[in-house]
Parts: sequence; structure tokens; C-alpha cells
Amino acid sequence: MSDEKRTPLLSVRNLTKYFHTSTPTGPGIIAAVDGIDFDIYKGETFGLVGESGCGKTTTGRTIARLYTPTDGSILFDGVDLATLSQRELRPFRKRIQMIFQDPYASLNTRMTITDIVAEGMKVHNIASGDEMQERVYQMLERVGLKREHASRYPHEFSGGQRQRIGIARSLAVDPEMIICDEPISALDVSIQAQVVNMLEDLQKEYGLTYLFIAHDLSMVRHISDRIGVMYLGKMAEIAGSDELYMNPLHPYTKSLLSSIPIANPHKKVSDTRIMLKGDIGSPINPKPGCRFAPRCRYVQERCGFETPLLREIRPDHFCACHFCETIKD
Amino acid sequence: MIPMSNTILDVKNLRTTFYTHMGEVQAVRGISFEVNQGDVLGIVGESGSGKSVTAMSIMGLVDEPGRVSGGSILFMGQELTKLSDAEMNEYRGKEISMIFQDPMTSLNPVYTIGNQLIEVIRRHTDLDKDQAHARAIELLQMVGIPEPEIRIKNYPHQFSGGMRQRAMIAMAISCSPKILIADEPTTALDVTIQAQILDLMVRLKNQLHSSIILITHDLGVVSEVCNKVNVMYGGMLMEKASVFELFDSPQHPYTLGLLKSIPRDVTGERKRLVPIEGTPPDLLKPPSGCPFSPRCPYAMGICVREAAPLYTLSDTHSASCWLHHKGAPVVEGFVQVEEESVHE
Repeated sequence: MSDEKRTPLLSVRNLTKYFHTSTPTGPGIIAAVDGIDFDIYKGETFGLVGESGCGKTTTGRTIARLYTPTDGSILFDGVDLATLSQRELRPFRKRIQMIFQDPYASLNTRMTITDIVAEGMKVHNIASGDEMQERVYQMLERVGLKREHASRYPHEFSGGQRQRIGIARSLAVDPEMIICDEPISALDVSIQAQVVNMLEDLQKEYGLTYLFIAHDLSMVRHISDRIGVMYLGKMAEIAGSDELYMNPLHPYTKSLLSSIPIANPHKKVSDTRIMLKGDIGSPINPKPGCRFAPRCRYVQERCGFETPLLREIRPDHFCACHFCETIKD
Repeated sequence: MIPMSNTILDVKNLRTTFYTHMGEVQAVRGISFEVNQGDVLGIVGESGSGKSVTAMSIMGLVDEPGRVSGGSILFMGQELTKLSDAEMNEYRGKEISMIFQDPMTSLNPVYTIGNQLIEVIRRHTDLDKDQAHARAIELLQMVGIPEPEIRIKNYPHQFSGGMRQRAMIAMAISCSPKILIADEPTTALDVTIQAQILDLMVRLKNQLHSSIILITHDLGVVSEVCNKVNVMYGGMLMEKASVFELFDSPQHPYTLGLLKSIPRDVTGERKRLVPIEGTPPDLLKPPSGCPFSPRCPYAMGICVREAAPLYTLSDTHSASCWLHHKGAPVVEGFVQVEEESVHE
């Protein structure tokens, strides 16, 4: 990759998002995202993976400032989005766009496709009138839809087509970065590849930077340059995607990767699988120490009281485990 | 050949149709397959392929406006499609049981796990209340729920997703069924929990000498746990094969397309995915001929006019595609055969 790639477009530092809740014993705090750091370089795809409740979606939504972070900074092109007011955020809402998981819930059923795709252009004064309509046509054709679809309503489209409409909507405002929150998990297998290939083509064509949030680990590995693995609000590991899959360091990453069923009956993962005991814990009122400790087979006393920091173990390979250098498989 | 006595379930030319106000939806259009003792049969397909309706038809759970409109389902010699609802109740949950994708919606939120488990046990056995309670605890233990004596008093919301699915499995195996039908049992679960549940299902199957029909869209799950696979598309069977035959030598363009559209090896070199262009068929207006023909890169004139018969390629492998006809153009990787199998 070129040197340009090494300029972080987005630098997240100590990003924290707590939600308030009530528990049987009184008010509690859900530490959805609990102090995470990562960089996303210009033009790359950064995959964010983890199981439900790990905070990956909250991370995406907080970066898009759909949530106000509890603490930490979100440096986008040198500006800290975490502290900006809604008015100050406006220009950044154009530069950072989002694609959502559920193509049925993310399009307003009472708006035509033109209205949906053009809404952002109107808000950001990018185009109006015939010029805007022409750009809507262009965008639809770019994502593999037809001009005549522009006057239709969302219910007339299949899931895959709706996801294309969502992509056209985000592209219409000419963004630099797109946060893709599980963009293919609701789609059929044969359609997923269509959307993934299109996202790859659009990235090359427009020089886009992606934050790709997903739980399908084989697809994330396919699309991402680098991957961050989250567990219960914490970043467990960050590495280049090939490096992560070949040499995972964190015990959680190891068992997560060994659990992916591979579509090859000659390589059954059940032979090599590191089966995790128990369920993902609760993010409510977390205790100090490593979040993964209750399920970790290498757990030691220190893990129970000292939260491991994300350390650079090898060049560009970060891991938050006290003992990852000494763990042998 | 496998002796007939081994066959637990014999589905022949099954058709299930929904008579909606929009018109007839032929969800399942004449499929035939067998389940032998010990099998883990995967039924693979996309939404609308008819895989879930096939399961519901076997369970006798197709609701109005749908019904089984043709064919037969023989369970250990007994024709299930002719049974009344009351007669079917003797099989359902006892001989053939089912677990669903979303364990939260299949458990009753206002009864404890124990209540629901005991209800199933007492419905199908002569055990009294105390014996059923003891059996319920034993079952929860079998499916790996810690502290079953305490957990039995919990309500479903006090269980995590993985534990709810374990509780569902406990219910499903309570009468040692001959067949367990699992409809996307792990789709709602995380991958580490999925591994636990699949492992549990296969272990219990071996312990109870039963069989599993696993309905899924995930080819990774299929290759992991199934010994044979049915690939469905547009309500029809495209290909039936042993799991090795299916992944090593797919003999239907749809199967081939599915395998090319997923990243198959997480440690290998990254190749661009090859998607299947187009969209799945509208079953209200199914395409004439082969349902896959509008998306098939090899489609010929005959494919649009007439669905192909099922060509037998080996004892365990057959595919419904005209490319196997001896007069068809030769396509690399596809076998041509002289004879087609009997196909009603």
C-alpha cells in the first residue's frame, strides 16, 4: 500500500459510552464501550468483530455521533468529533456516512427512492432540481439499480436491492468514510457476495474508507485490511487481517477463530476447536480485571483485578492480554 | 445399498401449497429424500427456497392457507400426511421433534422452564409429577445447563440465548425422538455459542441413536456437522449428495454458485467472490422450467421450458440439471450420465 495509507483518517482514543440502566439492586451502568483505542487509515477497511453485546455497533454509532460519547476522543481528519455541537457536526455528517444492517427498517416506507437518496443532498446543499434528480439516477445506476426504480417505494424491492438503495443514499453526499454496520448479515448468501463486491469496487473508485462491523468472521477477513476484535466493551486485539487469522494472540480471538465453521468437510474445525465455556458475560457494572477472564482457560490471579492494556506485541499487532507472549497452544 | 430397515423417514414427491388471496404459492414442488438412522441431513437453501416449509410439512404444522397438496411422508412405515391432528400428536414431540431459530419466541415467557419441560414429558409418558420433575432436571443436565435444580425454576428471560436453545433441545429430546428437526438452530446465536450447540446436538444424536434434519443457509455449518445434504431452490431439490461429494464435486450450477460466493478458506489467499447474479424467484410466479434458469450461467433453451429430472450420479449423489444429459454441451466439472432416475 502507498504511504498515504499510513495517515490515520480516524483516531479513536479512550472511547467510552455508558448507558444508564436499573438492576434489581439499584441503578447500574452498561459499559457498552469502555475505553477503546484504534486508528483507521485513509482508504482502508477496518473490520470490527465480536459477539452480540460486545459494543461493536455502539462504537460505530458513537463515531457517527448518533450517540454522544461518555468519554474519550474521536479525531476525524484532526478534528475531535466527541465534543462538537450538533451544528458544528453538520459538515462531518456529510463526510461520514452509515449503512445499516436491516434493509427493511432503514428505509422510510413512505418515501420514494428518489426522496430517500436525495434527502442527504438536500440537507447538505449538494444539489437541487434536475441536477439532483440526475445525480440520483447516477447513484442508482452505480449500485446496479435502474433509473425507473427512482419513483418506486421501498416495499417494491428485495432485501439485496434495498441494501443497494441504502448504499446509494450514503454515496450521494460524496462521503470519505462509510460506517457499515452488519451490511450483509440480513441478506441471502448468494446476494451477500454481490454487495461485498460492490462495496469493494466503490472503495477503489471513490477512495472510500470503511469501518466494517460484522459478526461473520470469514466475510470480515475477506473484506478487511485490518481487524479489531472486541469483547464486552474492550478491544481485545488489533492486527492486519491475515496476521490476525494466522497468528491470533488473545485467547478470545483464538477460540473465536477456531469456532468459525469452514465450508470444507475435509477441514472440520471440531477437531481443532477451542471450545469456550459459558456465555458472554454482562456489561452491566463491570468489575475490574480482564473481561474475558471468567471464560479464559489461561486465567491467572492477576487477570481478576488488573485490566490488561492494549499493547503492541509485534509490529502493528496489538493485544490486551497479560500473558499473550507466554501462552502456547 | 443401505438396507430399507435403516430408513426412518421417506419423503416422496412432497408438494406443499399455500392458497393465498394473491394466488397459489407452491412453496415445495415435488421433492423426494430419505433420512436413515444416524444421519445428519442438511437442507440448504435461501429464504423462500422451501426448506422450512419442508420441515413444517413433516411435522404436520403447515397452517392455513397452506397444506400438503401431494406426495407422501413415510415415517417408519407410517404415512403421516393422512393422519388427523390428534393422531399426529402421538408423533409430534415424541417421535419427531423440532427446534426453531429463535428460542425466545418458542418458549412461553410466563411459565418456568421446568413447567414447560414437565408438560412435554407428561404429555408423552406415564411419569407422575415427581418423576417428570426428576427427568426434567436430568434433561437439563444432559444439555449442559449448570445447576439444573435451581435453573429449572427460572423463566425463559432469565436464560441467555444459548441456554434457551439448550432448554429447547432438552424439550425436544425429552422423549428420545427418532428424528430431531432443527430449523436454523444457531442462526440467532454467536459463533462461540453456535459451536457449543452444534456439538451438543451431534453428541445427543449419537447418545440417543436418532437422526437430525438440519435446516440452514450456512454452508460452513453443513460441512461441519452433516453427512448428507439436500440443496433446495425455488421449492425444488437441486442436488442431493454426501457432504464430501457436495463440497468436492458440486454437480448443480446453483450449488457451484453458492460455494463460489462465500470466502471458503480463512487461511488461504483472498480471491474476489463470484456472486450469483440476479435475485431468487417469486414463488407466486415461479419461472417455468428450472427455477434457477433465470440466474444460471449455463442455462439452455430446455432449462426454461422444462425442469430437469434428477440424474443419479452415484449411490448418494444426484442432481436436477440438464447438463447431466448425455446430449448437453460438456461443461468442465459436470458429469454426464446415460440414465436418469425415476422422477414422478
